[in-house]
Amino acid sequence: MMLKSLALLAAMALGTAASAEEMKMAVTTSFANSGLAEVLLPEIEKDTGITVQLLVVGTGQALTLGAAGDVDAVLVHSRAAEDKWLAEGNGTHRREIMYNDFVIVGPSTDPAGTKTATNATDAFKAIAAAQAPFVSRGDDSGTHKMEQALWKTAGIEPVGDWYRSVGQGMGAALNTAAGMNAYILADRASWLNFGNKADLAIDFQGDPALFNQYAYLPVNPEKYPHVKAELVEKLEDWLVSDKAKGLIEGYKIAGQQLFVFNAQPE
Amino acid sequence: MNDIWQGLAQAARLIVARDADLIEIATLSLQVSLGATLVASLIGLPLGAWLAINRFRVRRVVIATMNALMGLPPVVVGLFVYVLFSRSGPFGVLGLLFTPTAMVIAQVIIITPIVASISHQAIRDLWADYHDLLISLNASRTQRIKALLWDGRRALMTASLAGFGRAIGEVGAIMIVGGNIDHATRVLTTAIALETGKGEFGMALALGFVLIALAVLVNLTVHFLSRTERGSRW
Repeated sequence: MMLKSLALLAAMALGTAASAEEMKMAVTTSFANSGLAEVLLPEIEKDTGITVQLLVVGTGQALTLGAAGDVDAVLVHSRAAEDKWLAEGNGTHRREIMYNDFVIVGPSTDPAGTKTATNATDAFKAIAAAQAPFVSRGDDSGTHKMEQALWKTAGIEPVGDWYRSVGQGMGAALNTAAGMNAYILADRASWLNFGNKADLAIDFQGDPALFNQYAYLPVNPEKYPHVKAELVEKLEDWLVSDKAKGLIEGYKIAGQQLFVFNAQPE
Repeated sequence: MNDIWQGLAQAARLIVARDADLIEIATLSLQVSLGATLVASLIGLPLGAWLAINRFRVRRVVIATMNALMGLPPVVVGLFVYVLFSRSGPFGVLGLLFTPTAMVIAQVIIITPIVASISHQAIRDLWADYHDLLISLNASRTQRIKALLWDGRRALMTASLAGFGRAIGEVGAIMIVGGNIDHATRVLTTAIALETGKGEFGMALALGFVLIALAVLVNLTVHFLSRTERGSRW
């Protein structure tokens, strides 16, 4: 019995460690929920032979996993946190890949009147002034950080019954907003792909302040010699290639392009 | 309510079509949970029996602790195992994080207290009946434990199945230590969490129905193989 169970455990361990061309990358929920990963990963495997195993977490957790050496690279979207992470010696460099944008989703009747706002800050001010229910990710993710930055620019400390911090991923937070018929800041891709829209709609969009830059950050192989630096570099070359550009810009949901490729050649 | 019917229909479609992804994640669910149940039973059943027939100074404390550990929050266990097996943790060199093995380890920690507590309770009652007999036969400690484990096997099966039930429905710990990686560590519960996050309630419910069916199937199989609840036998 004992031997059998040990053999079972050993077989499980070996089964996952056997293939050499595997690497782990922590990505944000917004990237994975957009559905773009399902388009890119098979092509990456075909072109480079690399199987990329995705860990879908918030930007905060993604950077923590990278700092602990548990993944080989991260793909996230929060500039300030990324710079701090690099300064701490966790990664080698930062490579911008693409951007998408955030939208303010809310009740289709728009009770706070955000549709007529001139920019994102004004829209947030309108929500706070109307004390309209607002769901915050509250999970230290890239989206949450963007939201906090907008409140700061608006000079508002969001507190009160109307402000609900749920501490969940994008999908769970959207579910909560749909249930409460509340406003929420979401990335466009997650919103378009979301299946439970209820009475919600995009109330405000298009302010350049809402642009959401994704960057690829390899984990520092000097700090963690076990990271697969060679595969990480191969993947980076693929991500900035013309092939990737075509796939990223060609990815559409409901006729809308979601991501704009903006990687610069080295 | 509509979502529930959609979920049932979706579950039926997936099963009839023998959806490859569904088979993959359901198989991994079974492997991880049955593996964890096996290991937890190997530890928990003898431990429960040993605690039932031995008297020592801190026995009550040990039993109370074990009972309390039944309520361990899986997220805490997951975090604990993550910190141990992270590359920057003490067992990082093993490279076990984000593998099914790490998921089994986390679940063993969660369900061993359950298996041990329930088996302790059952064996203690049995021990009260057998005490005089086993003592008069001058049975050794090991022989006593063996006799009690064998004669209490039906109650112990319940202990193991309770552990299995907790394991197969658990999501908090395996999400952290497994990472819900497609084609590597995705199981039914983490897939359900993922589909819920995407707002795909129909699909999430469909997977939930498959999970329930699987749990019932495992329990039926165990009962059938051990021939319980049949005729006049108890």
